[in-house]
Amino acid sequence: MTGNGRPMTRYIRHAAAFCALLLLALLANATRIQIVQARSYDENPANRRHTIARYGQPRGNILVGGKAVTGSKDSGEQFRYERTYKNGPLYAPVTGFASQVYGTDLLEGAADGVLAGTDPMLSPLPLWNDLTRARNPGGNVVTTLEPAAQQAAYAALGSRRGAVAAVEPSTGRILALVSTPSYDPEELSGTDSAVADAWARLNGAADKPMLNRAVRQTYPPGSTFKVITAAAALDAGVVRDVDEPTESPDPYRLPGSSARLTNEVEGCANASLRYAFEWSCNTVFAKLGVDVGLAGMRTKAAEFGFNDRQLKIPFRVSPSTFDTRVDEAQLALSSIGQYNTRATPLQMAMVAAAVANHGSVRTPHLVERTTTDDGDTVSTTGQRTLHQAMNAATAVRLRELMTDVVEEGTGENAAIHGATVGGKSGTAQHGIHNSGTPYAWFISWAQADDSMEPAVAVAVVVEDAAADRGDISGGGDAAPIARAVMEAALKSSSREGG
Amino acid sequence: MTSRDDITGYHPRTCYFPDMLSPGTTAQADPPAPVVRLPRRRGIEFTLIVVAVLLSVYGYCDVGLARTGSVPPGAAGYGAGLGVLALLAHVAVRLRAPYADPLLLPIAVLLNGLGLVLIYRLDLETPADRAAPTQLVWSTLGVGLFIAVVVVLRDHRVLQRYAYVSVVTALVLLVLPIFFPSVNGARIWIRIAGFSIQPGEFAKVLLAVFFAGYLAANRNALAYTGRRVWKLQLPTGRVLGPILAIWLLSVGVLVLERDLGTSLLFFGLFVILLYVATGRTGWIAVGLLLAVCGALAVGWLEPHVHSRVEDWLHPFASIEAGQGPNQLAQSLFAFAAGGFLGTGLGLGHSVLIGFAVKSDFILATAGEELGLAGLSAIFLLYGLLVERGYRAGLALRDPFGRLLAVGLASIVALQVFVIAGGVTGLIPLTGMAMPFLAQGGSSVVTNWIIVALLIRVSDSARGQYEDTQAEDTQHEGKPYDAEVAP
Repeated sequence: MTGNGRPMTRYIRHAAAFCALLLLALLANATRIQIVQARSYDENPANRRHTIARYGQPRGNILVGGKAVTGSKDSGEQFRYERTYKNGPLYAPVTGFASQVYGTDLLEGAADGVLAGTDPMLSPLPLWNDLTRARNPGGNVVTTLEPAAQQAAYAALGSRRGAVAAVEPSTGRILALVSTPSYDPEELSGTDSAVADAWARLNGAADKPMLNRAVRQTYPPGSTFKVITAAAALDAGVVRDVDEPTESPDPYRLPGSSARLTNEVEGCANASLRYAFEWSCNTVFAKLGVDVGLAGMRTKAAEFGFNDRQLKIPFRVSPSTFDTRVDEAQLALSSIGQYNTRATPLQMAMVAAAVANHGSVRTPHLVERTTTDDGDTVSTTGQRTLHQAMNAATAVRLRELMTDVVEEGTGENAAIHGATVGGKSGTAQHGIHNSGTPYAWFISWAQADDSMEPAVAVAVVVEDAAADRGDISGGGDAAPIARAVMEAALKSSSREGG
Repeated sequence: MTSRDDITGYHPRTCYFPDMLSPGTTAQADPPAPVVRLPRRRGIEFTLIVVAVLLSVYGYCDVGLARTGSVPPGAAGYGAGLGVLALLAHVAVRLRAPYADPLLLPIAVLLNGLGLVLIYRLDLETPADRAAPTQLVWSTLGVGLFIAVVVVLRDHRVLQRYAYVSVVTALVLLVLPIFFPSVNGARIWIRIAGFSIQPGEFAKVLLAVFFAGYLAANRNALAYTGRRVWKLQLPTGRVLGPILAIWLLSVGVLVLERDLGTSLLFFGLFVILLYVATGRTGWIAVGLLLAVCGALAVGWLEPHVHSRVEDWLHPFASIEAGQGPNQLAQSLFAFAAGGFLGTGLGLGHSVLIGFAVKSDFILATAGEELGLAGLSAIFLLYGLLVERGYRAGLALRDPFGRLLAVGLASIVALQVFVIAGGVTGLIPLTGMAMPFLAQGGSSVVTNWIIVALLIRVSDSARGQYEDTQAEDTQHEGKPYDAEVAP
């Protein structure tokens, strides 16, 4: 056979078989990459395709009062559509930002699936999209915000550092969520170097404009926490009659220590709960907290929403804290909103709302519903009760106490003609040896005289480092802001009701 | 002996060579068979060319529709241009190679058309750097050379005379770029009057001619068995010279020009042809051994090659190092994004690969936008092209023609495997052009010449046998007769 032309046929066939083997190897390998392992390649964070696709179409909008507060503009870049904001600083604590470089935050992040069009609920035929690789147009997010209340809060805070949270007590709908100073999230849209500069500047700024103080910052609630201590004392039966003396000394020596707690007002020795609440007697509430005991106080605080790490509106809310590992002296301080007790403005708005809403805390939420870009509803946020914070009877008595505060106590600045307003002021000390400028608090609710339900509950905090220490007080600084927000909410509520 | 019935149109003429079908019998004993006119199948070729042109134009329109919602303005011109080129090539084949395999030309037209569509599609991402018009010019030149080869070269056996001229020319072409500045780490380009040419591309064809000629002349000597070790019959030391020379040439190309792909191709081609010529598995063993030694030595000495192997083993190392995905990782992302059906032409993001996306990585665009389905179709087109080449080799009588056909088909097969395997992470990535698809003038011209030569040998295999049958029978028959009748 050797040297003959014809047996070469066999070798040619062998060589052909070798080539066929190479072809098979290529086909098998292509199947491995494109089918078997495709998902892991697609999901590699270094793969820019999902980012390109995500910005390849206009983003859905966030609606406030029926109008879009966001927009999209075509940049012609690789990440094509960039986010725009109308009234960016006003709504920044709600919308957050949607940046090509830095991702998304707040509502832009929590509702990203709907806004970016990736939420499978947006698609009438989910499998069809998988096949055609079409992407749904971005859906819209309809918020619960009341534009008038939001604007009133933003205007009332003005150039001061602080935050406002307002909710509708009967539903938990968030009507206003403001944090100042604010920023324009549009500065973070796009990919050019100005975005990186803005990011560095905003993150480096001393007054933290990107911090959402209404839900992501906790403050010592000070005297506003006394609402919870009062509710605990009434529910536990430590106080049976709000007009009976509470047998509390002034000054009050903290249990197990030599430290003495005093008051800034007269007449707190052995005062009634009504008097102590109206004039904010520290000694009375510190003693009541100790009388209720750690277990009772801890439970009551939790029922109002403290120590809840799960709350989302739909973005995460920083947990408000009530320290559960304390001795009696610390418990006494905790019960007047000091020591390790800290709360977000939203949490304190929930406290006021619970009083107004028969003791029931409704789950706060910011999204009314989500829709497709055509306006068809995709999902609706259900209204749920988070906790029953206190007995209905206790709630009635606390409404009375809070109304007294506004009618004749520290909250006179919050009174509104034609409405019942209940409130509680607070001036929270903080820092080492309470050296920091105190935070001015005011929490309140308002119910129009011709209405069956309270229209709004609000919490205001002002942290103004520039102000003179003596000038900062809940009733003086925060109450007028609360009143402005409540007036706006009452007005729009009566318009809707009528 | 293998049956020849599977070879299209061959059967009637086998009667002229009865000894093939029944060894031991004599020609006189068989009754003369009637001469049947062979089907030329040029009509089939024409139909397939029309289909190939229409498919390409459809792809071109599809890109425009997907990107802007309208048919691109150049669609008619593009279709007409490709159609005229294909038609001219077809006329040349019809006139000068009427018995040629009817699949070769349509496959080449379709691949070239598809390549132009892919390059045009990628041009949309890089408006400042348009490659499709240049590629169309090169394709025209390629078809021109195709026609020239088909018209001028009437008999492939003429080439055997030029085997040594070929090898000298090939060596000159290979050495030439060393005197030019390196481009992107490889010295494989020469620049003349604004045009970049890769002489190594043309050297492939010349080397195939030389290998075929050399082996056809020397295969008896080479097949002489040396020592037998276990099941391998090792060649004798005397004939080891040529293979060592080729091995040195490959390593030289690799070291001097840093062109791993070409060196792999040369060596693979030589080993395949050596095996086909001699049937000695010993050659394969020696070849593999030398390849492994060469690869290890070069991989150890050359940082360029070493880093390619590292990239292949750890394609995501640069991502983990925080430097972002490298080209291979981007290529893998592109293939993965394609899935089964692909994103559709014009809708993928293979441009993220960056540099060389239109040349070495062109397949990633096909993989992303046409999916596994489209990619497999492309692979099968190449497979079919190679298979038709091998088939022509099987049908031919003369050893030179057989080796030439096998060699040319193997060039295509190896080249597709090396670059497609490289960009899909099957083997270490080496720079090389995907035949017909990739941007690169020298490559597309060379591939048209390869197809022209395959057209020529397939025509010889089926049509031109009668002229030389007596000569061949004598030449081929002697040792065979001697064997059966000592």
